[in-house]
Amino acid sequence: MHELSIVAGLFETLSAQARENRAARITGVTLRIGRLSGVVPELLESAFDMYKKGTIAEAAKLTVEVVPLRVRCRACGAERGVESYVFLCAACASPDLEILQGTEMILERIELESDDA
Amino acid sequence: MATKDVIVLADLLGTNKKIASDIRTELERRGILAVNLLSSPGAGKTSLLEQIAVRLRDTAKMAVIEGDIETERDAERIRARGVPAWQITTGGACHLEAKMIARVLPQVPPESEFLFIENVGNLVCPASYELGERLRFVLLSTPEGDDKPKKYPKAFTTSDVLVLTKVDLLPYLPFDLEKVKAEALELNPRLQIFVTSAVTGQGLDELIAFLWRARRDLTARHA
Ligand SMILES: Nc1nc2c(ncn2[C@@H]2O[C@H](COP(=O)(O)OP(=O)(O)OP(=O)(O)O)[C@@H](O)[C@H]2O)c(=O)[nH]1
Ligand SMILES: [Mg+2]
Ligand SMILES: [Zn+2]
Repeated sequence: MHELSIVAGLFETLSAQARENRAARITGVTLRIGRLSGVVPELLESAFDMYKKGTIAEAAKLTVEVVPLRVRCRACGAERGVESYVFLCAACASPDLEILQGTEMILERIELESDDA
Repeated sequence: MATKDVIVLADLLGTNKKIASDIRTELERRGILAVNLLSSPGAGKTSLLEQIAVRLRDTAKMAVIEGDIETERDAERIRARGVPAWQITTGGACHLEAKMIARVLPQVPPESEFLFIENVGNLVCPASYELGERLRFVLLSTPEGDDKPKKYPKAFTTSDVLVLTKVDLLPYLPFDLEKVKAEALELNPRLQIFVTSAVTGQGLDELIAFLWRARRDLTARHA
């Protein structure tokens, strides 16, 4: 389970962001997690809830957007989603595919609160 | 009280990727071909490295970094074959990270030609962490069953080479070699596949020849 070490890294970014923006609290965190990123959204959520206690993101709500896998064929240009992990172009059978999305693991956006005006 | 939305767009593995990329640059500059070996526990990573050591040690300078949760055992097995080896014990973590490799790297002789990194036995988590390797090998042993590529896709889609191990056991197992190859190639049409046994030595000469070719490509690119 490497979700915990990913969340540990996430919290380093979160506290840096809070400092930079002079925020008192982080109230929302949105992640974009690819279907083939290698992490399980549910485990990420549990790790986040475990980790946030006593941090600046103690009351933060975590939103995980799961990104489906999409590829483009470099031979014929066809674009499509990938089900059941068959990495061959459905149009021309070329194996030369570019992954457009679905492997990412990204902190997309955070919501911050500050006490001063 | 003021609230604010900030778009961050930070890669959660960005720190690891940065360190891995620095390691890759440094290794390639030195002409060291680095191979990251992934598999489930006991698929035969150390046994394969022992066999590679026996075949490479007289003609090449190789080094091995061993990753395990606990114990020096795998590094000791490699040293017993006359090859320098360093053990990283993660103390619980299920995968190696680039920063762990960066800590060991100063000890690896700069004139090495091959550096093998045996990851922690785990077919899931190590696949998400680049270590600065030039090539990633995924090992699958015949007793694990022929359905594994589709069940653990990330290890297979991110690897360059699939090493099927323990094929000496095929007579005793319901394992369909052709089905595994076909399914692995569906996941990753660029996979090079080797069919091997550390017991009989099957397939190892081909694998050694492949390693030499890969190193020649590397040094030609950086000449
Ligand atoms: N029959 C047979 N057994 C093998 C072969 N390769 C390895 N083994 C056996 O499989 C067991 C595990 O091998 P290791 O090389 O320790 O596997 P590993 O992947 O390094 O294991 P971890 O580091 O614990 O994940 C040992 O008992 C080996 O003797 C092979 O080609 N054929
Ligand atoms: Mg081992
Ligand atoms: Zn096509």
